[in-house]
Amino acid sequence: MNELAITVIGRDRPGIVADVAEVLARLGANLTDSTMTRLRGHFAMTLICVGPAAAEVEAALAPLAADGQLLATVRAVTPDGAAVPAGEPYVMAVHGADRMGIVAAMTRVLAEAGGNVTDLSTRLSGSLYVVVAEVELPPGAAEVLLGRLADAAAGLGVEVTLRPAEPDLL
Amino acid sequence: MSGEPGRPEPDPRAETYEGLGDWAPEALGAGRVIPVVSAPQAVLSRAGAEVDPTAGETVQLAADLIATMRVSPGCVGLAAPQVGVGAQVFAVDVTGHPKAITVHGVFALCNARVVEATRWKAGREGCMSVPDLTGDVKRASRLVVEGMLPGSGKVARLVTDGFEARALQHEIDHCAGLLFLDRVAGAHAIYQRKVYL
Repeated sequence: MNELAITVIGRDRPGIVADVAEVLARLGANLTDSTMTRLRGHFAMTLICVGPAAAEVEAALAPLAADGQLLATVRAVTPDGAAVPAGEPYVMAVHGADRMGIVAAMTRVLAEAGGNVTDLSTRLSGSLYVVVAEVELPPGAAEVLLGRLADAAAGLGVEVTLRPAEPDLL
Repeated sequence: MSGEPGRPEPDPRAETYEGLGDWAPEALGAGRVIPVVSAPQAVLSRAGAEVDPTAGETVQLAADLIATMRVSPGCVGLAAPQVGVGAQVFAVDVTGHPKAITVHGVFALCNARVVEATRWKAGREGCMSVPDLTGDVKRASRLVVEGMLPGSGKVARLVTDGFEARALQHEIDHCAGLLFLDRVAGAHAIYQRKVYL
């Protein structure tokens, strides 16, 4: 079986998820992790599935994209190894007036500290720009990193917070 | 029922005690450590049966839950369905937790229900029965719960807040066949668990 990375993006309408999932189910492709959202009204879905050859899945998805409103891509990927806890989980929130390069600058600071972004979303609402990122940080790195993030944020004229995202075990 | 003919059974619900009264976990006797089951075990998704809090098997179950909770690192609560028993019994102990405000120490409750819930707050929860995921769940941070104490069968009325309130709601949910996954705040509110105790 092949592990496939599939993206579907395009004009939103009801039923896209059902259509895509149905095609995959018919092919015997087992949908594992997936995420779907609307980005400024555009449908955007990324998923990993295990199933037949990429070409077969691509051909089966082609009718969905035939009207030119959707773009579907399929690519074989190498299965990832078991996820090893790499660090301490934190949430970084950034907000401020929109301008070029906020994500680039802030994630560069994270990367330079050895932080790994595991989830990220950005939203532009009017002139307000918001970035929320889940990051794994090397143990003990948070305090120094927060200083650097604050410096970078000050340079961009935005606000930044970094807080632990440790779950409580119940 | 064991009552004599013509003599009504005393109703343990007739008296409601604020807090735990003189109840102490030692009265339950020795507990055994039981393996914890993980989702998708069906027992975790079914409402537990109401129990007789004075029955020997209930008392033993409560003792077992406390014993299992104590040996599980970081565990502040454990419900009967988590050890494979579909019953409305759970144990809680948030003593020493940094987010705890009001703390009732270690206790177990049977047939517990939420009487009042206010001041809802989001928090990230993990669960021993869902070892690889966590989720953002809104819970009441001010809570009144009533439940029967195993052994005596007396009704305890616990007024609590903060982390103990969250733990109680999580365990009461387990007894109703609900996991935190049933209450997550949205499609992007579950995460791979990254830190293991």
